[in-house]
Amino acid sequence: MTESTWQLVLDSFWPLLDGAIRGTIPLALSSFAIGLVLALGLALMRLSGRAWVSGIARGYISIVRGTPLLVQLFVIFYGLPSIGLVIDPWPSAVVAFSLNVGGYAAEVIRAAILSVPKGQWEAAYMIGMSHRRALGRIILPQAARVSVPPLSNTFISLVKDTSLASLILVTELFRQAQEIAAFSQEFMLLYLEAALLYWVICLVLSSGQGMLEKRLDRYVAH
Amino acid sequence: MSPTDPSPAKTQPPLLAVRGLRKSFGANRVLDSIDLTVDRGRVLALIGPSGSGKTTILRCLNGLELADGGTIDVAGELSIDFAQAPPKKRLSALRDRSAMVFQHYNLFPHKTVLENVIEGPVGVQKRPRADAVAEALALLDRVGLGDKRDSYPFELSGGQQQRVGIVRALALKPQLLLFDEPTSALDPELVGDVLRLIKELAREGWTMVIVTHELEFAREVAHEVAFVDGGVIVERGDPKQLLRHPQHERTKQFLHRLLFPF
Repeated sequence: MTESTWQLVLDSFWPLLDGAIRGTIPLALSSFAIGLVLALGLALMRLSGRAWVSGIARGYISIVRGTPLLVQLFVIFYGLPSIGLVIDPWPSAVVAFSLNVGGYAAEVIRAAILSVPKGQWEAAYMIGMSHRRALGRIILPQAARVSVPPLSNTFISLVKDTSLASLILVTELFRQAQEIAAFSQEFMLLYLEAALLYWVICLVLSSGQGMLEKRLDRYVAH
Repeated sequence: MSPTDPSPAKTQPPLLAVRGLRKSFGANRVLDSIDLTVDRGRVLALIGPSGSGKTTILRCLNGLELADGGTIDVAGELSIDFAQAPPKKRLSALRDRSAMVFQHYNLFPHKTVLENVIEGPVGVQKRPRADAVAEALALLDRVGLGDKRDSYPFELSGGQQQRVGIVRALALKPQLLLFDEPTSALDPELVGDVLRLIKELAREGWTMVIVTHELEFAREVAHEVAFVDGGVIVERGDPKQLLRHPQHERTKQFLHRLLFPF
């Protein structure tokens, strides 16, 4: 590589990192947090005995999982203005990603809740707990352990999917790469650099997942 | 060694009176008009083949199953008629009167031994934490598990877990203790400790209903034995009498099968 290529790598590194720190990472974190809350609600709705309640959740999950994320993003950012609802790029992205995570994570959480043995509910009721309390103190803590690996998958997918936000003008890692690439015509270099940065972020997340699992494993036989 | 007889005053209402209890799962009738009374300080053992409905009786008493009909009276103070589904409040009042020990212990795996025991007293009954902890530790000491207070259930043997299960039930200070085959899941060499503990509790005057397959244990610990089969109480009576001289053909067959399994 020539000296100028190295210079370009160096020069573009900070804008890309800036895009990650101010775009990709907060976008992923906030969408995941909101999405998880939504997912818990949807999972509980799915488990409800009332058919219409679980039906609504089922329908929502089906739509979210049955349509491309990119299409969802475009409907919110480019579609909604035609019915008078204009949302800025950043909030559009957060809404789209949260709704999407909500749909995927709901099934993970539902399965995790169902994986807790029935006897745990019964013991909780036996000591006098209400349904809500049993859920919060006994069932969800155990479901949490089960759902860490699949939810980590969801989160890592989300981090990479945030690159789609570049298509609705959100300044994040990939959009920075695109802009510098267009300017310098060094497409290969810039996109590989972006890929490398995504990879590093995901490596950090994976090790975080490992630590979290270890912590939650303290009450499980090894 | 027979349990001491606390001779309850004859004027006192029985601690537990069950009349005409019925329960079906779909078309399958599991309980058909069950009548039971247990006086204060007495021990009733329920025996019978698996699927006979004896566990369902216990679960109805603790409100884990909703009976379809019949009444349950506790200490003459709480009376629930299951002809209509009782309101949640009454059902939880029923549940508060009793505590259950499960066949598979059902300890909370994410909580330490001490946390398992105080979850009910502190978290639900809102008793002062310091008191609940002191009582829990005394109970754990008593069953020889004082040094396991900070262990997690997976670190304990089955017998130790079941003793924690019993302590968890005692800590709720129930009027009635329910045991659902408390030793069925245990390795044979661990059964003795648990049965000894239950016998002690009987001697101390706890009122108990015990579902068990341990006939010898039932004979020693219970004041009365009821043989349940096909969702009805076929016969009931003094343990020594019933187990040695059963009156009904079904009881005879059942006892014979247990004594001569091969």
